[in-house]
Amino acid sequence: MDITILAAATINGLLLGGIYTLVACGLTLIYGVLHIINFAHGSMLMLAMFGVYYLLMVFKVDPYISLFIMVPVMYGFGYVLYKGVIGRLSNSKDENILLITLGLSIFLENVALMLFKGDSRTISVSYSDIMVELGPTLVPMPKLISFGVSMLLCIGLGLLIQKTDLGKSIRAVAKERVGARLVGIDVDKIFAISYGIGLATLGAAACLLMPIFYVSPTIGHVFVLVAFTVVVLGGMGSFLGAVVGGLIVGLTESFGGLFLGESLGQIGISLIFILILLLKPSGLFGASR
Amino acid sequence: MNTPSTAVLHRTVNWKLHIAVLAVAIAFPFVFPSSFMVNFGVLALFYAFIGQSWNISGGFAGQLSFGHVAFFGVGAYASAIVQMRWGFSPWMGLPASAIAGAVVGLIIAVLSFRAGLKGSYFALITLAFAEVLRILSNSVDLTGGGLGMLIPLKRSAANFQFEERAGFYFVILVLTVLSIACAEWLRHSRFGARLAAIRENEDAAKALGIDVFTEKVKIMLLSGAMCGVGGCFFSQYFLYIDPTIVFGVDKSVEMLLVSMIGGAGTVYGPLIGSLLLAFVSDITRVLTQIQGLSLVLYGALLVIIIAYLPNGLVDLFKSKSKSKTKRIADDVAR
Amino acid sequence: MTNPTHFSRRRLIQAGAAASAALGAPGLLLAQARTVKIGLVHPVSGGLSYSGGQSRMGAQLAIDEINAAGGIRSMGGAKLEALLGDSQSRPEVGVSEVERMQQEGVSAYVGCFASAIALAATQAAAKYNTPFLIDVGVSDLIVDRGLKNVFRLAPGFGKCVDEAIVGLDEVNKTARGIAKKVVLVHEESEFGTGTAKLLASKLPTIGVEVADVIKHANPTRDFTNVALRIKTLRPDLVIMSNYQNEYVLMARTLHQQKVDLAGMFSVLGGGFNYKLVKEQPDVAQYMMDFNHWYNPRNSKAVDMKKRVEAKGDLFTFEVYCSYNSIKLYADALQRAGTSDKEKVISALETSTWSDHFMPYGPTKFVNGQNTGGRAALLQATKTDIDVVWPNEFAAVKPVFPRPKYN
Repeated sequence: MDITILAAATINGLLLGGIYTLVACGLTLIYGVLHIINFAHGSMLMLAMFGVYYLLMVFKVDPYISLFIMVPVMYGFGYVLYKGVIGRLSNSKDENILLITLGLSIFLENVALMLFKGDSRTISVSYSDIMVELGPTLVPMPKLISFGVSMLLCIGLGLLIQKTDLGKSIRAVAKERVGARLVGIDVDKIFAISYGIGLATLGAAACLLMPIFYVSPTIGHVFVLVAFTVVVLGGMGSFLGAVVGGLIVGLTESFGGLFLGESLGQIGISLIFILILLLKPSGLFGASR
Repeated sequence: MNTPSTAVLHRTVNWKLHIAVLAVAIAFPFVFPSSFMVNFGVLALFYAFIGQSWNISGGFAGQLSFGHVAFFGVGAYASAIVQMRWGFSPWMGLPASAIAGAVVGLIIAVLSFRAGLKGSYFALITLAFAEVLRILSNSVDLTGGGLGMLIPLKRSAANFQFEERAGFYFVILVLTVLSIACAEWLRHSRFGARLAAIRENEDAAKALGIDVFTEKVKIMLLSGAMCGVGGCFFSQYFLYIDPTIVFGVDKSVEMLLVSMIGGAGTVYGPLIGSLLLAFVSDITRVLTQIQGLSLVLYGALLVIIIAYLPNGLVDLFKSKSKSKTKRIADDVAR
Repeated sequence: MTNPTHFSRRRLIQAGAAASAALGAPGLLLAQARTVKIGLVHPVSGGLSYSGGQSRMGAQLAIDEINAAGGIRSMGGAKLEALLGDSQSRPEVGVSEVERMQQEGVSAYVGCFASAIALAATQAAAKYNTPFLIDVGVSDLIVDRGLKNVFRLAPGFGKCVDEAIVGLDEVNKTARGIAKKVVLVHEESEFGTGTAKLLASKLPTIGVEVADVIKHANPTRDFTNVALRIKTLRPDLVIMSNYQNEYVLMARTLHQQKVDLAGMFSVLGGGFNYKLVKEQPDVAQYMMDFNHWYNPRNSKAVDMKKRVEAKGDLFTFEVYCSYNSIKLYADALQRAGTSDKEKVISALETSTWSDHFMPYGPTKFVNGQNTGGRAALLQATKTDIDVVWPNEFAAVKPVFPRPKYN
């Protein structure tokens, strides 16, 4: 096999992985802290992406500028959603929450289908097609930017968790719910904040994805399984895991496509998922349960 | 001491109920002989049947699966392959699909339970297994790859296709009766009791000396076989299958929906759920012109039921105290 | 307007009025004028909802138009009535809708957009021998099963591929045979796989070598590797058969990677439409597609396009394929003089209807397939889509080869 093709596939895989990390980091935070497997993650990304789309089409706001709108809006949405719906139900069994988020995703997706119809929409901005030469391959600028932001976001979140007081509270709640309450931490508020941050990352992901992708009510499906794979591989609750997991999944998809074809190659992602769950369910960097 | 599990409490079989339901079901195609109504009946029973296959492992044994469609799909393909590629009678599709479903159930169960997966992790891994099967069936010649398999239209009973829809109706009725009998049996057998113990608290069950691993594998085998047969029926009824139709995540969700909404872990839960969802679908179509509303309502229903009626609609028919006890026991069990 | 049918329609209305007067009290006749119910089975919700909505719109436009012109004259001015069905983008629901409408007394069905739904629904309707007019739905399996009630006005993909080869050959010859090597890219399910298989077997007959066949998943999130593979193979043509999302992503990637080609084609391209031109004009420019299209030289078509666009909708093929299917049925009703199923089926079998504005000639059904149906070769510009072949319908010449990226 040609070395240039391999090199190109590697670069492409890494960039793709960066995008997966971007989508997955919110999911890993939500799981790490609330122990909720947010099956509605994909649908929420979809809502955020529609938000970015309409901000551009109706109000002419550039997607990257929309970051300043979508991130706080999604944070607020997450906070309210937690306080209003999810929080009331988080005392139920793990599986029940999984089912509730499944129900929520069905609900959101079909509401979107009713409102927006099934076809997909793309956007074109001035920098959509600017290409950057990276060795043997040309990379669209927005993809590079997404990669960069994704890494920065994970670093930022990691720092937030490790270095700030809020982060300390979050870690406490994640580790030991009852104990945290006993030392005076408002556990419910931490949950709401964490859920909010989780959705805020989707707001960022949406802004970065719109220039390179498309939006449709069913776009959640396109990313949800990959996001779960990244989180499980990296370890639930670990941002380093989200980065490493994302890159590995991206590379697997890229090489899988190269050697097995773009159809069969998709099997790599599901196989990783299965293997990790069978061999090390806590993932590469997750705390063993 | 009050055993928390409501399922184990009932030692008597409610024969009156069973006979009444069976009588209604048998009478149905004679009272409503139009093809439309019979089709409605077939679909209602079909979803009740595959829902029951999910229910016996998800509801009775507490092993929540998001990838049950894996068994469905292998059953559908096994049935199609046996008649189209190997030339057997289409009726051989029934045992073939049961075996295929059971084998896949065995594999998934052994791998997952050996690794100690439970709860949400188990749900997710079943999803991944189904996805693997979907991708594979898209790539191999045996299943026709992306082209799928079209079963030729040859209406005769010998061919497992019927001139009158009622033929299909009675086949699925028999299957549904068997599945209900199976669920009823689980309620009364020691096997079912062991499963209930596993469902309530796996560690405690282990402490009681139950071979948790073997019991869970056994129920997945049974569940897989039943679901596989559902796949066989589907291929014969619609005569066209492809990877997306029979391995797509939609069917997994439907099986889960009817069981959870109707009442997981109960004998009639899936049937109630199936009828309710069909009812919702028809009502929304009749009352509103809003397209796609029924699907929205399914999602909302799932959320509401899990949140407020975790035992499904069957809860509405039971006294309040029992469900509260169950909830307390659930908390203790966590 | 020099439309030839205009004159005869007025004549018919006059004749009809005379006939009704001759029959006695016109009031009595009015009371007897029935409605003919047509079941519309379209995926108006679910993943295919856009196409379903467009199809339904086209069908309703036709029904409204026919009713406004006085209904079916030979049936005493009987009006058409649409029964709106929603297959929810799923075959099982399509079947249920067929059964429901059967109960409500439909005389015909029009549907289903998706082949998988059409296969199931037509089978259900076959039991009642109710005529089923396929508007879109290109799988040849639909008409190959020997069901007497199925009629498809538009070409199936076998015919589309055959014609695509002929068209491609002509365009290539005009460009002095510049295209010698092709890479096929297709999606993994029956549409893509079937089309690619046919193309691969026929392209060598026009002197084009198939360098590679690339199958991809639904959905595919990234086509960079595919684009690179294509770049290394250096084909003259890339032919795509996939659905909207992947079509757009792939086209965009090829454009961004500056893959030089003589032409980028698709057969029944899922993403080749006005939306692509509007949203991604630089990507759409020069792309070519063999697809259902109206005859741009037909003033009725152009007229209808303006009306549809004035309402803010797009004049996509789903609209006029359904529109013409209804009109085909109405013509059969007119000739049969009744909505009786057997008689209408006979009328359809012997139909020579030509008042469509498609690039077909008069209809001629063989085993349910209109042999006159054909697709057209289209090419996009930054603002519009033109028919570039066959010549009798083309308004402009194709740009082939397309300009290189440097």
